[in-house]
Amino acid sequence: MADTANPGKPPAGPETTGHEWDGIAEYNNPLPRWWLYGLYATIVWAMGYWVLYPAWPMVSGYTGGLLGYSQRATVLDEVEAVRRERDLRGQSQLASASVAEIRANPALLRLALATGKAAFGDNCAACHGTSATGRIGYPNLQDDDWLWGGTPEAIEQTIRFGARSGHGEAHVGDMPAFGRDGVLKRDEVEAVASYVLSLSGKPGVASASAEKGAEVFAGNCAGCHGEAAKGNPEMGAPNLTDPIWLYGSSPEQVVATVTNGRKGVMPAWEGRLDPATIKSLAVYVHGLGGGQ
Amino acid sequence: MAATPASKYMTEGEVGLSLALLTGAFLCALASARAVDAPFSVHMGVFALAAVAGIAAILKRYEGRSVEAPPQEIDGKPNYNIGPIKFTAVAAMAWGITGFLVGCIIAFQLWAPSLNLGLEYASFGRLRPLHTSAVIFAFGGNVLIGTSFYVVQRTCRARLAGELAPWFVVLGYNLFIVVAGTGYLMGVTQSKEYAEPEWYADLWLTVVWVAYLLVFLATLRKRTEPHIFVANWFYLAFIVTIAMLHIVNNLAMPVSFLGSKSYPMFAGVQDALIQWWYGHNAVGFFLTAGFLAIMYYFVPKRAERPIYSYRLSIIHFWALIFMYIWAGPHHLHYTALPDWAQTLGMTFSIMLWMPSWGGMINGLMTLSGAWDKLRTDPVLRFMVVSLAFYGMATFEGPMMSIKAVNSLSHYTDWTIGHVHSGALGWVAYISFGALYCLVPWLWNRREVYSLKLVEWHFWVSTLGIVLYITSMWVAGIMQGLMWRAYNALGFLEYSFVETVEAMQPYYLVRALGGVLFLIGGLIMAYNLVMTIAGKTAVESKPLPGGEVLPGTVGLAPAE
Repeated sequence: MADTANPGKPPAGPETTGHEWDGIAEYNNPLPRWWLYGLYATIVWAMGYWVLYPAWPMVSGYTGGLLGYSQRATVLDEVEAVRRERDLRGQSQLASASVAEIRANPALLRLALATGKAAFGDNCAACHGTSATGRIGYPNLQDDDWLWGGTPEAIEQTIRFGARSGHGEAHVGDMPAFGRDGVLKRDEVEAVASYVLSLSGKPGVASASAEKGAEVFAGNCAGCHGEAAKGNPEMGAPNLTDPIWLYGSSPEQVVATVTNGRKGVMPAWEGRLDPATIKSLAVYVHGLGGGQ
Repeated sequence: MAATPASKYMTEGEVGLSLALLTGAFLCALASARAVDAPFSVHMGVFALAAVAGIAAILKRYEGRSVEAPPQEIDGKPNYNIGPIKFTAVAAMAWGITGFLVGCIIAFQLWAPSLNLGLEYASFGRLRPLHTSAVIFAFGGNVLIGTSFYVVQRTCRARLAGELAPWFVVLGYNLFIVVAGTGYLMGVTQSKEYAEPEWYADLWLTVVWVAYLLVFLATLRKRTEPHIFVANWFYLAFIVTIAMLHIVNNLAMPVSFLGSKSYPMFAGVQDALIQWWYGHNAVGFFLTAGFLAIMYYFVPKRAERPIYSYRLSIIHFWALIFMYIWAGPHHLHYTALPDWAQTLGMTFSIMLWMPSWGGMINGLMTLSGAWDKLRTDPVLRFMVVSLAFYGMATFEGPMMSIKAVNSLSHYTDWTIGHVHSGALGWVAYISFGALYCLVPWLWNRREVYSLKLVEWHFWVSTLGIVLYITSMWVAGIMQGLMWRAYNALGFLEYSFVETVEAMQPYYLVRALGGVLFLIGGLIMAYNLVMTIAGKTAVESKPLPGGEVLPGTVGLAPAE
């Protein structure tokens, strides 16, 4: 911009078109060369592309291009290549082998873990978290505390049919709403909450007495959770003596659990995921660290 | 003004429009009473009230006006009609702030979804179209209609055609915006991006848009200049093409003529292709051609320089018009759309690169000999930076249309970043520049209230844009790379939810960038309100060298 030095002075250049609109004149400068050649270059490039690739619709069909390119054929090739790769590693055995057999065969185990990891991210992570550590109401799958059993077979069972999912073979067993349904009075609820919290060494509701809580527990809770409160995977009744609390371990949260009950749902995946994927998931989840 | 009532008659237009509005009010009230769903009932009520208000406005105007129609000329100078333009300037400011604010809200919702407060009215799905429509159609649309009415009068040296018609256009258009926006909040949508309003709102917009075209054409026809100014070519291309796009993409059959729901005429991939033919040309003819028209008037006017090249303006105009209309299929790469259509969409997008840049060259080179003004005039700086963003976005666009690039960028936040470099950097900045020029001209002020505040607006919003675009580039490219990461067994490396988690910090940066842009908008609104109020800030002094800014000579009085 050589003319920057002379502000306000019209640059030496071509004449204007000789017309003004509301004080605006127009120079008649030629098209910038680089611009024009740029335009030509893109046009030439486009024409070359039309020759090589599918481009123009005709009366019936379209110009196919010299390269014979087809997006659909390309994607089918890619899918086929992956299928061959998986077959090579025993994909077909995954569907027929039992979970125990998969775990015994290192090649099959690697395939199952890869399948399980991908399937977990797409189907399970929304509730259990991407790293399977869960959150309030959704169990942590990394620890060794299992509501419905932590053997590979038990995990497979839980994934297939779910818990309280409505499936005929789903796990059933509810935590009743002791307070809301009038089974226990408010002070009894607080007492049993204090007692339960004391089992894992946590402070309970201040006013409640632990002896009274133990009485209430023996009369109402031991049926499912056991005399020693160690839980029962048949009923989905959690172990209350460990420091793991699905619905929170503050006195208020435990009082809320006893008052209103809990009915967490795990969906049934049979029919939504194929058997090979469900088995792979069971193997993957079992291998996260807490499997029994 | 001293005319006796006896000699005063209503014009044919006043009588005709009043009767049409009366009929409309009656029919809408009836439809409101018999509507099959609540939103339709509300909207028909709104239309009925608007029609009654329109009749009242016509009668009040009749009472106040003189016997004769406003003269076409006063003392040999055109008697420009500026009332409707003033309305659009104020409306643009108000809608702009609304649109920026809603944009910030949904940006924070992406960062923390619970910010929708669990209300369906505040959910992302309803607020997102409210944001896009408010900024594109409400803010941008009012700027386009207002500046086009201003520019066409000044460059044709003729008063705007019609007396009621321009008011019908600006008020009718804003009524459409109100119906569209309240519809989104009530869940009324036909689920077509940038064409969400349902059939009855679309019909109303069609009526308004045809009136707009007629006013514009009739003004061109009565021009006293021998040639049509370049900005008016672009405005006309914008008006005509938007009419065509709007009508074809919104062909639909209502389930009931007393209800809001309709079904589109096209289905499947045909519907997708029509939608993106519409969608991309809304970008091409609304957000590009229309705002290039603004550039072609306001840049040379403010810089007081001739336009760089008439030849370039002709060539790039026709190249742009011819190429743009083909580019839509690049929105549907790697879908059910046939290969050949994808090829055409991509190749025409590439060929569109230079025609788009023609406008940038013509704008930037117009500043030859006036570059020093960028240092002292923040209004001109807004417009020049807008051209730089325009150049960047129109390079990035063709690049992203290449299938290999698109396979990475498509569906990611890169697209969002690209759109906003065009929307914030180009469309909004050229609009800000135009509004800072236009408001003092319309209200007969020497200059805006405070150029210092314009400086603040410029730097705060530029920082906002930089945060916005860079965060979306990083987020989008990362997202694309995570989505396509496979292991040897063909399994995805990352689950979708992991890619969502990875976006969170960038979403926060983007939202903060949006807040800066909103703050800039508020500074502008304050500055323009003070300008209209006739205030002058203490620090506003004449420019160095005793230069007087252009446009300080006001328009002739309106009526």
